[in-house]
Amino acid sequence: MTTTVAPNAARQPEIDYRQALTQRRARPAELLFKVTLQFCLFVGFAFLVSLLTYVVYKGWGRLDSRLWTQMPTGRASRVDQAGVQSAITGTLWVIGLTAAICLPIGIASAIYLEEYADTEKWYNRLLELNIQNLAGVPSIVFGILGLGLIARTLGLGFTVLTASIVLSLLVLPTVIIASREALRAVPRSIRQASYALGATKWQTTWRQTLPAAVPGMSTGAILALSRAIGEAAPLILLGAVSFIRFNPDSLLASYTTLPIQIYNLIKQPQAEFQELASAAIVLLLVILLVMNSIAVFIRNRFQKSW
Amino acid sequence: MSVTPQVRKAPAAASVRRGRRRPGERIIETLLILAAAISVATTVGIIASLAVPTVEFFSEVEISRFVTELRWTPLFADQHYGIWPLLVSTVIISLIAIVIAVPLGIGSAIYLSEYARSGTRRALKPLLEILAGIPTVVYGFFALLALNPILRDLWPGTDVPDFQNLLVAGIVMGIMIVPTIASLSEDAMSAVPRSLREGAYALASSKMQVSTRVVVPAALSGIVAAIVLGISRALGETMIATIAAGLKSDAIEWNPIRTASTMTAYIAGAGQGDLPVDSLEYLSIFAVGGVLFLLTFALNALSIRLVRKFREVYE
Repeated sequence: MTTTVAPNAARQPEIDYRQALTQRRARPAELLFKVTLQFCLFVGFAFLVSLLTYVVYKGWGRLDSRLWTQMPTGRASRVDQAGVQSAITGTLWVIGLTAAICLPIGIASAIYLEEYADTEKWYNRLLELNIQNLAGVPSIVFGILGLGLIARTLGLGFTVLTASIVLSLLVLPTVIIASREALRAVPRSIRQASYALGATKWQTTWRQTLPAAVPGMSTGAILALSRAIGEAAPLILLGAVSFIRFNPDSLLASYTTLPIQIYNLIKQPQAEFQELASAAIVLLLVILLVMNSIAVFIRNRFQKSW
Repeated sequence: MSVTPQVRKAPAAASVRRGRRRPGERIIETLLILAAAISVATTVGIIASLAVPTVEFFSEVEISRFVTELRWTPLFADQHYGIWPLLVSTVIISLIAIVIAVPLGIGSAIYLSEYARSGTRRALKPLLEILAGIPTVVYGFFALLALNPILRDLWPGTDVPDFQNLLVAGIVMGIMIVPTIASLSEDAMSAVPRSLREGAYALASSKMQVSTRVVVPAALSGIVAAIVLGISRALGETMIATIAAGLKSDAIEWNPIRTASTMTAYIAGAGQGDLPVDSLEYLSIFAVGGVLFLLTFALNALSIRLVRKFREVYE
């Protein structure tokens, strides 16, 4: 563009162009827009940081071995020596059983929908739509299902088993959706190679597709279980609300869990209870953080890109 | 060499035919179908467990009382069963939550999708997911004990908010929904084809113009789906409402700085006690639950339809 023949004529529009560009970049509305967007993200993070700081600060005095060696109490005079041991063991029981119930069912459903089902059939479409809808049902409604149908009509009562069944049904859609995505990510060619060697459908699924999908599935499973760990609303209806002073010893034992115990402590008027609640929250968040880190680790370490 | 395939041909064909009839394969497929059917059974179970007691409830309390009375006092001597107090506070809390969550969520989504470099995006998205992973009982705790005292201190005038109120619960619920709205909207925005953006840039649009006049309109059905899902989350959220907004439900409360019970909080509050089965209070849990289920079900169905729409356009 710039030639030595007519330097003035060539330079003039170039400068104008550059000016126009710099003007555009400096337009205050543009900058304001970008800053506003950054502010939107910032609000969420500021909230997160202040929440974490607050619970650690408030619970600091109670973050010691009393938390897991002592039982809960409802009495203000005894709160100094109280902990949340039965809630920790209760959470382990309930979540362990939830995993045992919802993972096999969820993975089997995902295998059916992804490997076996003919998606043109109306009942399979209905199945998919049903799972999507179920994922949006409020958790308290699952509590009502547990209260009316499982605890009372089936007569399982307010037990570890009832709680686990309800939490399993609650996170089942999450497990199914994540497992389906993991199965879908396994390339067709692997299945075809297996069929070409004479393997049956199940042999192909069990020996080829499923092992390849395990990393993705376990990430989804851990995230689903961490949702179940933090869930309190359905269990409120299922008898977990009281200061239970013993550890559960069977599937049909009474129980309490960490989120429920936190809720119980918040309801008490004295500040000592709230300190203990903060400490229990820190413990709950640490458990969730560890689980999520494991999920991220598995995703990064084992996931193959085909 | 030419003999081997002939020799193998017969047994191979036989094994393929036998493979079709293998009983083990059929059993496994049946088991898989049964597992998948559990999710259908769950829906049926939810509907049945809501419907049966609800019908029983309405045989004692006429539906006209349920929809016209303006008081909800199942535990008082003077019993009233008008759903409005619960419904109004549920709507107020959800409105506050949406007013907070929609700008923050969509703003975050635009930033992540249009402005952030891929490295920044990869660092920020998991942080947003952490916000989504915090148990709601923790949000409620934070709203009640940390935010509400600040709100009361800063409140202009002498009529300060109650110790539990709809406003602080709504604000915190809004923050809780931000990740839902942000991540779904961002998915919709990322699905907008590059060529649309490049076309707009070629016409000398600025980044802001491209974002607001091309990307957002093109992703609108996905963004609306995200908002609808957010509303549904807010309607069904229990712990924040129970802890931070309280359980008072006797009369309609229009003022957001007062304590009032949402539908979910009523269910949680009434379900804590050991109510005798077949008492009217016990049955009322299911009637309120039925209304909640219908509302969220309609919103979820709408959201699913909208998401389908934007997938169909660009894929």
